[in-house]
Amino acid sequence: MINIIKAFINKVLKGLFKKKKNIKLGLYGPPNGGKTTLANRICKDWLGEDMGAVSNVAHETREVQIKEQVNIKSKGKELTFNLVDTPGIATKIDYEDFIKSGLKEKQAKQRAKEATKGVIDSIKWLDEMDTVIIVLDATKDPYTQVNITIVGNLQARKIPVLIVANKSDLKKADVKKVQSAYPQYNVIGISAKYGNNIDKFYEGLFAIAG
Amino acid sequence: MVTLQFVPYHEIEDLGSARRVKKLIDIVKQNKIVLLQGRLKKEEETDLISIAMEEFGDKFKGIELAVINPKNNDATGLKKARNNFFRFLLGNRQGLTIIGPANIVTEIKKDPNKIELYTKEAKKRKKK
Ligand SMILES: Nc1nc2c(ncn2[C@@H]2O[C@H](COP(=O)(O)OP(=O)(O)OP(=O)(O)O)[C@@H](O)[C@H]2O)c(=O)[nH]1
Ligand SMILES: [Mg+2]
Repeated sequence: MINIIKAFINKVLKGLFKKKKNIKLGLYGPPNGGKTTLANRICKDWLGEDMGAVSNVAHETREVQIKEQVNIKSKGKELTFNLVDTPGIATKIDYEDFIKSGLKEKQAKQRAKEATKGVIDSIKWLDEMDTVIIVLDATKDPYTQVNITIVGNLQARKIPVLIVANKSDLKKADVKKVQSAYPQYNVIGISAKYGNNIDKFYEGLFAIAG
Repeated sequence: MVTLQFVPYHEIEDLGSARRVKKLIDIVKQNKIVLLQGRLKKEEETDLISIAMEEFGDKFKGIELAVINPKNNDATGLKKARNNFFRFLLGNRQGLTIIGPANIVTEIKKDPNKIELYTKEAKKRKKK
């Protein structure tokens, strides 16, 4: 009986502390999905400032970026997040792809090396997250091994996940295909760039983080 | 020429996560494609990606990875129950994991009844 009471008090206390702690919200996904664009959108909406650099060349973000104390309101509720933008996760990196995008060989090799460090960093941080948004490019095949590995990993760690099918403004985008690839998750089609459906995104976020 | 190396599950079964991943990466770094019976743990899959990135260099560009799970979709009733029972018994011994060096394997495509490994030299190479 005493133990039960102790456990109860512990739970209540933990609950109190948890409320005060900011929610670590990770943005994860393969390179170029739009993680930083979404991070910028969130920061602009709630802080009035940008978070990081966006580029059409993959592996633009090569270090984990944190924005603390992001207050978000949705449907009368309010939550405070520490927003964590991560480098895109890949199993391989080819500097020749960067050369094709217009970089000089030396820069391309440097970017590749930094990108490998970024991937390692992203994976290291996985365990730190309270909630994760997986940002996928809805014009691309959703069922890649990298995506499946990220989703499976978070599931094994029991971290709540929301999947975003980004770039819904593009003709080739197929939000339904992303949903059917991950039927057990809530998938929300958005355009991080133009802000389409962003309210639904905040609702979905509150549903798993609130 | 492309070499495939089969790794039976019992060869990694008793190893800790770090040694498992190292063993597989060491084979891949010899420019061979690993065919592992069964699957790694989810955390080991991400460890594998991290280690591949750590090993990145002039000759090693990372890996191509494909995990093939046994499907249970068609089964119903008793058959499904039986499949679930074996799945429980066999655990990660079921399925197949393919790990190739990215400088040789450019893409792995799985569909329900075939697996295609796309390689640098020959445009297409089929298995199974
Ligand atoms: N059309 C369209 N383009 C988008 C959208 N979101 C992002 N993009 C573009 O996609 C490219 C990649 O965006 P980023 O935000 O840098 O992607 P990321 O996921 O942070 O990429 P890494 O940092 O390399 O992992 C950029 O050219 C963006 O402008 C969108 O909603 N619609
Ligand atoms: Mg980025």
